[in-house]
Amino acid sequence: MIYLDANASEPLRPEARAAMCAAMDVGGNPSSIHAGGRAARRLLEQARHQVARRFGVLAEAVIFTSGGTEADALAIHALAIQMSGERRRLIVGATEHDAIRAGAPGAEILPVGRDGVADLACLERLLAGAPALVCLMHANNETGTIQPIAEAARLCRAAGALLHVDAAQSAGRMEMDLAELGADSLAISGHKMGGPPGTGALLLAPRGAVTPMIRGGGQERGWRGGTQALPAIAGLGAACDVPVADMSPLRDRLERGVAAVVIARDAKRLGNTSCLALPGVAAQVQVMALDLAGIAVSAGAACSSGKVARSHVLDAMGLGTLAGEAIRVSLPWNVGAADIDGFVAAYQAMAQRLSRAAV
Amino acid sequence: MRIVVAMSGGVDSSVVAGLLHEQGHEVIGVTLQLYDHGAAIRKKGACCAGQDIHDARDVADRLGFAHYVIDAEQRFRDAVIQPFADSYAAGETPVPCISCNQSVKFTDLVKLSADLGAERLATGHYVRRTDTGGGAELHRAVDVARDQSWFLFATTQAQLDRCLFPLGDYPTKADVRAEAARFGLEVAAKPDSQDICFVPQGSYARVVGNLRPDAMLAGDIVTASGEVVGRHAGIANYTIGQAKRLGTAQVAGGRRVVVGLEAATMRVVVDTAPPGATTLALRDVNWLGPRGAMRCLVKLRSGEVAHAASVRVEGAEVFVDLDTPARAAPGQACVFYDGTRVLGGGFIRARVIDGGA
Repeated sequence: MIYLDANASEPLRPEARAAMCAAMDVGGNPSSIHAGGRAARRLLEQARHQVARRFGVLAEAVIFTSGGTEADALAIHALAIQMSGERRRLIVGATEHDAIRAGAPGAEILPVGRDGVADLACLERLLAGAPALVCLMHANNETGTIQPIAEAARLCRAAGALLHVDAAQSAGRMEMDLAELGADSLAISGHKMGGPPGTGALLLAPRGAVTPMIRGGGQERGWRGGTQALPAIAGLGAACDVPVADMSPLRDRLERGVAAVVIARDAKRLGNTSCLALPGVAAQVQVMALDLAGIAVSAGAACSSGKVARSHVLDAMGLGTLAGEAIRVSLPWNVGAADIDGFVAAYQAMAQRLSRAAV
Repeated sequence: MRIVVAMSGGVDSSVVAGLLHEQGHEVIGVTLQLYDHGAAIRKKGACCAGQDIHDARDVADRLGFAHYVIDAEQRFRDAVIQPFADSYAAGETPVPCISCNQSVKFTDLVKLSADLGAERLATGHYVRRTDTGGGAELHRAVDVARDQSWFLFATTQAQLDRCLFPLGDYPTKADVRAEAARFGLEVAAKPDSQDICFVPQGSYARVVGNLRPDAMLAGDIVTASGEVVGRHAGIANYTIGQAKRLGTAQVAGGRRVVVGLEAATMRVVVDTAPPGATTLALRDVNWLGPRGAMRCLVKLRSGEVAHAASVRVEGAEVFVDLDTPARAAPGQACVFYDGTRVLGGGFIRARVIDGGA
């Protein structure tokens, strides 16, 4: 199988695997007083420093969670409380992941252009109202489009608004620094950066009262109750030590090889992500045909039933029928040129067969 | 060969997938998501429900072949549910399972199987398909009690040529369940689906009323001569031949039945049960064998005993002359049989030539 669905889940990096295996042999509860507890705590704090270093924050700003979704939910929960009273508002980007969209019901929607980039003039107008929490993703999971976070942060700051950034897709694929981005919080996901699933973190500069969603035993400085999943967290920490690689040469080789419409081609994009539309052929048929040819890609947002739902991301970009005809190809860290060429051959064969059938 | 199997999540289609997989074919399981289960119904036993998708996936995972869920919600609304409601609101007695087979199942899945490079589409229907060299023939199932050939009369010859129905030769459902048990499938003991899958608790009126509120407006119940004998709460509550829910319009002995539904005036017309129709006019006739005039048997309902009849073709019109009168309702199917073989059929037009209901 040629695996080109890294944005769903990256293969585990060997560095993360080794750190996890070592942590499983340590065992213990980081909250315990004894030597075993201290050994576990040492590993936990080492991972916290690895994450902090990677994103340019203090270790105390790292709150480990069960994943990106929980980190997003905790950010919305915590930052919304910081805003005063009943006039607070939520503004979310139109192409946000469901972790944000479903976690912020009733939010005002910040529209995007055909390239998927948020309309900052519109953001400025929206911010003119009451105090707001703005959620804007760093890079989109379906198209790879990168949002102008620093500019959005300046607008938010000027208006007294707070900004949360879902960096699940960009965290392992771009260098970044929370202070440079200017955001108030950042969510990351372990398995999207070569760490294990079931782990993630919210990077939130300590400020104001601690307002957890899960109180429990007061772990994570009171922000997130529950004994930390040490092996998984150790894996996430190790993944944060791996330098970022530029995948765009391979991505460009792929895009040159296929006769497809490349969505958001001219936007600033993640180097590993291609959104390819084949006019007249339903996305789910493309995904099935490629799967049967031994190639793993995805389309839209796969819900738990396995049904491929229409992409709200591509709809928000105003792509019309193409929104139902595009697949996402996302290169994992261990992809090789042979994988790209294998994909191109399979895609071209499929396109020829299905485009003919569509006529 | 590569075969797409339409899997509902029930025992029948699961066994089909298991059998073909066992025979060494490359099976691709496909389950149609026909409507949003959460927003529609919570009813056990009705087909195509949310749990059924998980059951189908479990079967594929257990036996080890690929499985996909297809989003057919919009298509199902447009091709099956809305026409069902429209037909009902027009006073007809539609058969949505036939329109589902005609559109979502056989048209779309045959195309999908071709798109996926599969040579065949297999389903869990209880019918037999035989190859005679001159194109496939459609026959009644060996298990007469399970036979679904009436529901498949509208399958085109081209579709039939690509299809497989492995369950048609099984003598009883118990034998099919035994196969499921042999494959170790949890669905072996799953209850059969009974009702029309998108109609909760058998309440057609509610489904129709949601889509066609005009069919739920109150009106008069009148006799054939126009005398008002009662009131009703919407023609969606009635079908031709119905004797229930007539209230004050019913006479002693329950001898009155609905003989007409007038959508324009919202009137329900009742009369003493007529002897039945002897000539039926058909629309959308599908031929699965020799076309044209013939003597054959016809069925106006799936489970009934066949009637001897003559099929007549006059220009573009097709008529059926029944040897003895039978109850017929517009919208229902009239399917032609020669022994076990399905020769085609059509839908009964609103204009039944004589005898009314």
